[in-house]
Amino acid sequence: MATAKTRTSSFCRNLSSAAPSLGPGLKCGPNGMVFLSSGIPDLDKVLGGGFPLGSLVMVMEDAEAPHHMLLLRNFMAQGLIHGQPLLYASPARDPKGFLGTLPSPAASKDDKSREPDPHQEKGLRIAWQYKKYFGENQLNFDGQRDGKHEYSNEFDLRKPLERHLIIGQRIDCVSIQDSSDLSTLQDRCATFLSQLPRNDGSISCAGRITIQSFCAPQCAYSNMEWEMLSFIRSLKSMIQSSNSVAIITFPPSLLSPSFGKRWQHMADTLLSVKATQDEDKELAQLITGYQDMVGFLNVHKVARINTQVPVILEATTFSIKLHKRRYLVIECLNQAPVDGSSGASYGTSGSCSSSSKTGNLDF
Amino acid sequence: MNQRSSSLLDEALGLDQVIEPWPLRGRVLTIEDRVETSGSFVLHHLLKRSLSPNSSNVSILIAFSQPFSHYDRVLRKLGCNLVSQRDNGRFLFFDMLKLQCPVGDEGITPGGGLIALFGKIHKTISALPEISRKNVSIIIDDLSLMEVAANGSSNYVLDFLHYCRTLTSEFDCSLITLNHEDIYSIEDGRTFLLQMEYSTDILIKVEPLATGLAADVHGQLTVSNKGRNKASNFHFKVKENVVECFYPGRSRD
Repeated sequence: MATAKTRTSSFCRNLSSAAPSLGPGLKCGPNGMVFLSSGIPDLDKVLGGGFPLGSLVMVMEDAEAPHHMLLLRNFMAQGLIHGQPLLYASPARDPKGFLGTLPSPAASKDDKSREPDPHQEKGLRIAWQYKKYFGENQLNFDGQRDGKHEYSNEFDLRKPLERHLIIGQRIDCVSIQDSSDLSTLQDRCATFLSQLPRNDGSISCAGRITIQSFCAPQCAYSNMEWEMLSFIRSLKSMIQSSNSVAIITFPPSLLSPSFGKRWQHMADTLLSVKATQDEDKELAQLITGYQDMVGFLNVHKVARINTQVPVILEATTFSIKLHKRRYLVIECLNQAPVDGSSGASYGTSGSCSSSSKTGNLDF
Repeated sequence: MNQRSSSLLDEALGLDQVIEPWPLRGRVLTIEDRVETSGSFVLHHLLKRSLSPNSSNVSILIAFSQPFSHYDRVLRKLGCNLVSQRDNGRFLFFDMLKLQCPVGDEGITPGGGLIALFGKIHKTISALPEISRKNVSIIIDDLSLMEVAANGSSNYVLDFLHYCRTLTSEFDCSLITLNHEDIYSIEDGRTFLLQMEYSTDILIKVEPLATGLAADVHGQLTVSNKGRNKASNFHFKVKENVVECFYPGRSRD
């Protein structure tokens, strides 16, 4: 495969770096990337494995809804399950309080009930959603193993994370509300990352940095646009030479458009979340399962490290659902079949004779 | 075979004819991309062409965006070994990931970041043997990050670029820069971009298709070559080892 136009010696495969040993919660990917899980198995699948070490993930918040917190909770909980050190910065006075809301992994027998059964009786609809089920079935076999050794867990949002996983772990919480400049946060990040240097070879431990609502108006530095950008740039360069992933969430409406674009270019992986409106009849007709959705997740950019080939996803908009109000699920959007008649085509018209066996259509 | 596939791009740049003397000598080349379509592949392609074994070009990559390992892996798949080129002295990597000008520094003090960088470039080129000095390419990835390093003073960055342009006349260097068009296309930010576009010889725009992104066609390239008074537009698809360029409606050249 390698065209040996130049000196041959430098194209010899470096045998010593074959299959480095990886710590918990890490897996190898193409191009020498090592992934860690986002905490949401569906999202890992969409992104081609997870978040690569050394990358910066940015999530554009919906300023009117806290859905980005769903992503952050799972991200942080996943790291704690694997014993990965965590740095959490938020505009709250006491960021530690947020740790109490982290979810616990779901018991494995609950995983399988994700198949949306209510759709079974509407026989015609299955045909439209066929593709959705086809891909899912192949990947649900991991549920049987012990939670700790899985790369990626399903989290039960109603069950808080066990205390022993929070206490006695390397967790550093920083409040960014009162910082007039970003030097404290930068130093804390630098200290945190210096424990996780990248060198060729095995990776025993990976770290996670979570910065929530970075340009929130209650932070004293939030009008210092160039300083914030410098911070992000220096964080990114520190991350690139360490075994960590950083995730920054921010409300883009609070940045000027030009700076918003600069932030977007900084990200290796760029996502955005948006809440669904409560009563949007038009969308409810267009998309199946609209009532169960809490929001939309958009994947704008997928990290391309060590490669120049862009990732083109089949779909970039996904629905965020809370299955049984406990499990966070990211799904493809499914267009509802267009009704020929104006009324419901599955219900009986009522005026027909009583012999209408209008039960389930059997195919 | 590789030559054939990127020939539309090479043709538009004037690289399809002879490789010696380097056709981009003394020219300024600007690549503009967007969030949806990254233009780094054009940089990689140019770097690979400039380090082709038939010439004695020297390339200096001033990297604000990625570490050496990233470029090494990418170029290796394109058929160019940066490590051995670096050992030969044909490739110089200036790691600028951590460069940050101190706040309040307008570049007046000689120690200031960008002035020092220019000094270093000048010194490096002057120190090259006579034969290589005539064929130097300076590649900057990317300019928007240079602005961040300079704490937002785009005048400072423009001055730096102006100085670099003097190198194109003094030493016959080529200057290749990458920038993000969508940052500047809003409101008051256009000045920087317009100044860059005005003084550039070849402008390469990397944009998505009007219909959005697709798996078969990653976007479109528009190359405006002032030297040849020519503009070309075609589609591209980026692969690991080559960039395929083709006219709309065809899958291959």
